[in-house]
Amino acid sequence: MVAAAPRRADTGHYDYWPYQGRPRLRWPNGARIAVWVAPNIEFYELAPPSNPARAAWPQPFPAVPGYSIRDYGNRVGHVRQMKLLDKYGIRGSISLSTALCTHHPEIIAMCRERDWEFFSHGIYNTRYTYGMSEAQERAMMLESMQTIAEHTGRLPAGYLAPALSHSEHTLDLFAELGGRYSCDLFHDDQPTPLRVRGGQRFVSVPYSLELNDTIAYVVNKIEPRRYGQMIKDSFDRLYAEGAESGTVMCIPTHNYQVSCPHRLKAFEDALAHITGHADVWLTTGREIADHFLAQHHDEVLADIAARGHLPAAGR
Amino acid sequence: MALDAAHLEYPQRRYGMDHERYAWSMLTDRPRISWPGGKPLAVWLNVSVQHFPMNPSAALKLPGSMTMPYPDLRHFTLRDYGNRVGIYRLLRAFDQFGLRPSFAVNAELVQRYPALLDALLARGDELLGHSWSMDTPHAGGLGLEAEQALVQRSLQLLRERSGQAVRGWLSPGKLQSPNTPELLKAAGIEYFCDWVNDELPYRFHTANGDLWNLPLATEIEDRFVVMDNLHAESSWADQVIDAFELLLAEAGEQGGRLLSLSLHPWVMGQPHRIVHLERVLAHIAASDRVWLAAPGQIVDAFAAQQVAA
Repeated sequence: MVAAAPRRADTGHYDYWPYQGRPRLRWPNGARIAVWVAPNIEFYELAPPSNPARAAWPQPFPAVPGYSIRDYGNRVGHVRQMKLLDKYGIRGSISLSTALCTHHPEIIAMCRERDWEFFSHGIYNTRYTYGMSEAQERAMMLESMQTIAEHTGRLPAGYLAPALSHSEHTLDLFAELGGRYSCDLFHDDQPTPLRVRGGQRFVSVPYSLELNDTIAYVVNKIEPRRYGQMIKDSFDRLYAEGAESGTVMCIPTHNYQVSCPHRLKAFEDALAHITGHADVWLTTGREIADHFLAQHHDEVLADIAARGHLPAAGR
Repeated sequence: MALDAAHLEYPQRRYGMDHERYAWSMLTDRPRISWPGGKPLAVWLNVSVQHFPMNPSAALKLPGSMTMPYPDLRHFTLRDYGNRVGIYRLLRAFDQFGLRPSFAVNAELVQRYPALLDALLARGDELLGHSWSMDTPHAGGLGLEAEQALVQRSLQLLRERSGQAVRGWLSPGKLQSPNTPELLKAAGIEYFCDWVNDELPYRFHTANGDLWNLPLATEIEDRFVVMDNLHAESSWADQVIDAFELLLAEAGEQGGRLLSLSLHPWVMGQPHRIVHLERVLAHIAASDRVWLAAPGQIVDAFAAQQVAA
């Protein structure tokens, strides 16, 4: 029997970089804060192959409750959220289960018309990375990227692992395949350079798990109006801090959560609050990553190196 | 380390759904629906009238089932409270605001509590099949013949006792086995309410012919919001009213819409909760833009506006 490889004590992708005393990040047009909304547009299979590490559904086939509410997101919720984002002049950055290009091309067409960004969230949200070999994960990732290119004319720049299921090499592989940013790390309110094994220029764009509607509604079980208030409070603080150095705020959503009729009003109140402010850069994940890579990446890397705060444990 | 090859194969990746039960369709792509009287919003209130035995034997425990070591007096009696006290508090509230709900009834209650059935039947409101009890989940693993007998026994008793056709069905916990749709269709059921993937009825295919799925929303139901999410009762009422207003506005733009509201006497029938249900009912009753309808009426009105399958 082969001994299991030792587990890392740290992701190894970034160094400690204290929030105080950082070089100033400047967003286009003097904006204090970059705000992006990331609708997860997902397809969950009714009968996926059973991953050895994680069951897709809590009941035997057919898992009607879980499958049907997620299907609701595509049948009902998508258009409802899209109309709301249109109203407030926000382009979505879609975290896409790329099989949806085949299953529901109508949704892809609507998002293309609006010049929304498409980034990869794997092929199905019922196919987990756990247990994949590196070659399998690379093949899955590459296929998802090629599907986006075929259906939208552009390769994706970002990746959020399907169902947030990762391997030790997820970020390395995506950088090697030409990706520019990751949404999988939650360690900061500003973009940060990531160390990947191939040495590519690759960044983390903040994607808030705390403000993710599924985490808020399903895991933390909070009330809709409190969710709206959390978004406003988060914005107010990051907007204030943005006077010193540009910050990033992400609102990750799901069409089967935020678009339910009893939840949309609270979300709309929050969007009205945000868009009622001047000096807000309403943008996409790709635009944030590209701006940071072009304007700040090297300066930030130099600052991190100069501070010399390496993680205490080796990697 | 690697997964077997099936994990990177996608045999169901094709246009539409990854199964044959219903067609892919976005709500906003469909023809506009009109409800009777030109009302933009249909409102359907459903009360699940449930029995949770103290000696459950099903492997799968539905929400509300016994959780303590036997004998679980606390949960048995808390659920029984709904059938003794809570339901009558709900009925009084419906009458106060002139609203008529439907009732999905566990058939075992026909035998256990005849007086409760008399009270429901005296109202003349629509009854739906709700299987035998909350200890008879229709889930994978239940054999075909056992499930067939369960469906027949439940519907036969409810139909005989009520004199109603009993056209509708709500599975306990909204769970289905692979055979449930075929068995329900064969038993004369015209619509079920288990799949929460829509806000209007749609055609659901079975080997015995189509029936309708009329979704009964889970995300806004009293039990889910108050017992699972532990939201304040006042927050639940706010949420229902927000949903009502949003759907009403959307119906004005897009054609008829439906608010379905699932209620449980053992939840909202408690004395500290009923006032919040009453606030919801008052809000609904105050609108002149609402068609307060029984589920069978909603399915009929909807079906009459569809082209033949």
